[in-house]
Amino acid sequence: MTAIRRLGLLAPLAAFSLAGCGLNSVPTAEEQVNAAWGNLQADYQRRADLVPNLVNTVKGYAQQERTVLTQVTEARAKATSIQLNAGDLDDPAKVQAFQNAQTQLSGSLGRLLATFEAYPDLKSNQNFLALQDQLEGTENRINASRRDYNEAVRSYNTRIRTFPDAIGAKVFYGSKPKVPFEAAAAAQQAPTVNFGNAS
Amino acid sequence: MKQLLAVVWLALLALATPAAAQTFPPLTGRVVDQAHLLSPAQIADLTSKSEALEAQSGRQFVVATINNLEGYPIEDYAYRLGRAWKIGSAKNNDGVVLVVAPNERKVSIATGYGAGGFMTDAMSGIIIREAILPHFKQNPPDYGGGIIAGADAVIKQMSLPPDQALKNVTAAEQAQKQRQHSGGNPLPVIFWGLVIGFVVLSHFRRGSGRRYRQRQGGISPWVVLWGLNELSRSSRGWGSGGSSWGGGSGWSGSGGGFGGFSGGGGSFGGGGASGSW
Repeated sequence: MTAIRRLGLLAPLAAFSLAGCGLNSVPTAEEQVNAAWGNLQADYQRRADLVPNLVNTVKGYAQQERTVLTQVTEARAKATSIQLNAGDLDDPAKVQAFQNAQTQLSGSLGRLLATFEAYPDLKSNQNFLALQDQLEGTENRINASRRDYNEAVRSYNTRIRTFPDAIGAKVFYGSKPKVPFEAAAAAQQAPTVNFGNAS
Repeated sequence: MKQLLAVVWLALLALATPAAAQTFPPLTGRVVDQAHLLSPAQIADLTSKSEALEAQSGRQFVVATINNLEGYPIEDYAYRLGRAWKIGSAKNNDGVVLVVAPNERKVSIATGYGAGGFMTDAMSGIIIREAILPHFKQNPPDYGGGIIAGADAVIKQMSLPPDQALKNVTAAEQAQKQRQHSGGNPLPVIFWGLVIGFVVLSHFRRGSGRRYRQRQGGISPWVVLWGLNELSRSSRGWGSGGSSWGGGSGWSGSGGGFGGFSGGGGSFGGGGASGSW
C-alpha cells in the first residue's frame, strides 16, 4: 500500500520524463504536418477547379491552340486522379507521383498562358483577365502552402530524429520521416505569368 | 582544432542565414513609405482612411512602398510582409496589404487567409489594372495618385459587403466569447491544484481516515499524470489566448489617432494579385 502511494508521488516525475521523450510533442508536430498538408491539398484543388473555366473561356478565342488545351485538360485529369492521403506522406514514391502530376499541370498551364500573347482580344477579355488573376493567386497560394508544409515537415523530421524526442517517437509511435515537396523548375516558372499586366 | 571549430561554426551560420535573410521595414504606421513616393498630406489622408475603415469594419489595411524586394517575386514578398506585420485580426485573418516596389516596377495586393471573401484575387487584379496602373504608367509616373486611387478602391471593397451589420455583431460576439474564454481558463488549474492538494493531504493524514483505507490508498498515479498533462495543456492555452487578445486590441484600440499602430495577428496565404508597369 505504501508502495502504491510512493508511486503516486513519483507520478509527476514520470509525467515530465515521458513528456520529455516526445509523448506529446511528436503527435503535435505530426498534426501540424497534417494541417499544412490539408492547406496545400486545398490549394491544389482550387487550381484544378479553375482549369475547366479557363479552358472554356479561351476555347472560343484560341482555336489554333487545341493541342495545348488538350494537354492542359489531360494534365488536370491526371492530377485530380492521383490522391495522396495524409497517411501516405512518409512514402516517397507516392509523394513523388502526386508531385509529378501537379508539376505537369503547372507546366502545361504555363505553356497555355504563354500562347495567349498572340491573342490581343483575349487579353482584353475581362473574364479571361479575372481567371488569370485567380490562377496567379492560386499558384502563389500553392507556393505559400508548400513552403509552410515543408517547414512543418522539416520541424517534424528534426523532432523525431533528435534526442530526446527520438526515444518517444521510436518506442511509442514508430514514426517515419515525412517527405517534403520540392519546387520543381517547371512549377517555379508557372506563377510568373504576369504578361497580361505588363505592357 | 579551434580554428576548425570556428570554420564549422561559420559554415553552419552561412547555411542558417538564407532562411532569415529576408528583411522587412518596420511597421511604423498604416502607411510605410520606405521608397518616398507619397507626400506628407497623402500619407495623412491614407492613414485617416485606413483608421476609419478599421473603426467601422474591424479590418486592417496597410500601404507599403518598398525600395528593394531583395530578388523575391512581389507576390511572394507581399504575403510574407503581411505575415511578418501580422496585419488583420488573428481571428478572421482579414488584413489587406498594398505593396508598391517602384524600382522593380511591381505592385501587389496581398490578402489575408480570411479576406478572400470580400477581396477576391480577381477583384485585386481589377483594382491594380484599372485604378493603380494607369497612374503609374503616366510620364512622369503619378505614384501618389495611383496609390490613393488603389487604396480608395480597396477600402471601398473592404467596407462594402451588405452583411456589414452582421459582421459587427459577430465581431462583438467573438470579443465577448474571448472574454468568457479567458475568464474560464484558470478553472482547470484550480481544479487540478485541488486534486494534487488532496493527494498530498491524504499522505499526511494516513491512518486517520478509515474510509480511505478501504479504498487501498488515495488517488491512482494515472489520474495525477493526466492532471499534470491537462495542466500543462491549459497553461499552453493561456499563451495562445494572450496572442489572440492582441487581435482584439487591434480592432478596438484603433479609434485614437495617436499611439503606435500594430498588426492584429492576422496571417497571409498568398492570395491577392500583382501587376507591373
